[in-house]
Amino acid sequence: MKQYTLAVATLVFLVLTTGATAFGLLDAYYQLVLMFIGVNIILSASLNLINGYMGEFSCGHAGFMAVGAYVSSVLSVWLFTRDGKLGAALLSPELAVYLFPAILLAGTVAAALAGLLVAIPSFRTRGDYLAIITLAVNYIVKSIIENTEAVGGARGFMGMKKVVDAMTEVADLPWMMIWVMIGTVFTLLVIRRFVSSTYGKGIVAIRDDEIAAELMSVNTRRLKMVAFMLSSGLAGLAGGLFAHILGYINPGSFTIMKSTECLVMVYLGGMGSLSGSVLSAVGFTLLLELLRPLELIKWVVVPFMLILLMLFRPEGLMGSRELSDLFPRLRAYHRTGRE
Amino acid sequence: MSLFQIQGLTHYFGGLRAVHNFNVTLEGGELMGLIGPNGAGKTTVFNLVCGVYRPTQGDIRLNGTSLPGRYPHQVSSLGIARTFQNIRLWAEMTVLENLNVAQHCHLGYGLADLFIKTKTFRQREGEIYRVSREMLEVLELKDVAHEVPKNLPYGIQRRVEIGRALTMKPKLLLLDEPAAGLNSAEVVGLMRLIQWIQEEFHLTVWLIEHQMKVVMNICTWIQVLDFGATIAEGTPDDIRQNKRVIDAYLGEEVH
Repeated sequence: MKQYTLAVATLVFLVLTTGATAFGLLDAYYQLVLMFIGVNIILSASLNLINGYMGEFSCGHAGFMAVGAYVSSVLSVWLFTRDGKLGAALLSPELAVYLFPAILLAGTVAAALAGLLVAIPSFRTRGDYLAIITLAVNYIVKSIIENTEAVGGARGFMGMKKVVDAMTEVADLPWMMIWVMIGTVFTLLVIRRFVSSTYGKGIVAIRDDEIAAELMSVNTRRLKMVAFMLSSGLAGLAGGLFAHILGYINPGSFTIMKSTECLVMVYLGGMGSLSGSVLSAVGFTLLLELLRPLELIKWVVVPFMLILLMLFRPEGLMGSRELSDLFPRLRAYHRTGRE
Repeated sequence: MSLFQIQGLTHYFGGLRAVHNFNVTLEGGELMGLIGPNGAGKTTVFNLVCGVYRPTQGDIRLNGTSLPGRYPHQVSSLGIARTFQNIRLWAEMTVLENLNVAQHCHLGYGLADLFIKTKTFRQREGEIYRVSREMLEVLELKDVAHEVPKNLPYGIQRRVEIGRALTMKPKLLLLDEPAAGLNSAEVVGLMRLIQWIQEEFHLTVWLIEHQMKVVMNICTWIQVLDFGATIAEGTPDDIRQNKRVIDAYLGEEVH
């Protein structure tokens, strides 16, 4: 029974927060922060798959987020609302509630396919060279969006608020909060399951010694493809959620700056530590909010803290350990892959 | 049909001829030695067999299947496992995980199984852990199962590396200087271990070694390589007395 404690605790947390939101106990600002925490957890956990577990350096995570954000936004606006460019709603807006997961999935799949742009070069290049490729992909995605008038170009794209409103009309629930929480839990489950299996540990073997992995029957090409597509796909999921939370997106939200934020969260939490990624996403999001009164100075304070972190604790909060390694008692409460 | 056969293997690195017209046949069950001075091309032969390089010329066959042109992971899945001159364990994974991951060729489940946690997935993962545990048991490595290799002494790391290769259930095991860096007591242990695993797992072993004590004592057949070409082959006694081998490699004092 103990092993279900974590699942039950998560569920209780979800129900409590949703309940509090639904009954207006949580003001809109806290809701927003909570949702951004969820999105950031997805981003840092998915990037950790590449930078932490597989040991490559991807610095274009925001590019995949953008693909997911735009694909799901365009789909939901096109299908469920009347839009100046995209025409009348194709489906009845009430259906949005039921089809929203499919829309998020479409964004996820599109981002995963965009991940191939990095996965395929990764067969031949690695390290610094691959990092430059990821950077290039980030710029390519951003420039394509900026120059596509159909999705608003540099001005951005909006209309997702109406879709969320349509969901609320069917049932008065904090829908975005629910989807973000489901998305976050889903992401963590998928990544944990992957990296705790023998299949997924192949990517750690690639990090430690790629040639040995290849010679010990690990199909490194297939694994790299899976890892990159999984990571970028989940970034796309985060993008889709992000777009529908804000109701407005523009290419400026998905620049190298955003990718850097993702990197900071991964390194803050510890490479190859899933619980580290979660903790750092929570901490980082809260920190940014707390420092909001500082306005622009925030962007001096935060990078400076990063310098301090690299100097005094380069392995991040958790190193490559999990919470259950630090507190072995926790292990009884959920199953890890360590048998 | 013989288990393993190399015919006319020739390889160039740019203009440098590293291996020249190399031939070998292993019927199965041998303990074959490959010796020669540094730079003779021994490790290159192993790398060619494993698919690290694609040979310029020549054919390599395992059970009649031609190997050149296949990826290393395909070659190893066909039944060739190896160890490395300078140990290449995955340093951040535990010993048990090292042994698990080497069983990727026997994974037997796909991504869908993994994410849905199907019965196949659970059975196969259980089987993988069982094989690794058994291997740790027979190699007396049980105590270090949850250690990471980088914290272990060199001799133990060697044994883990051999264990990792064995969990792949190979038909042919290539050992690249297994005695390098071991003290003399460990070398004796290693010799016993190699002979024992060869019988226990019905393996064909092909090893590169510089320590004549090892080669002369355990190998049934020895091939000597110099400048990429075979200069002699035969039983340990033949090799010891061969004039060309003494000149090129052994020197006078070894008898």
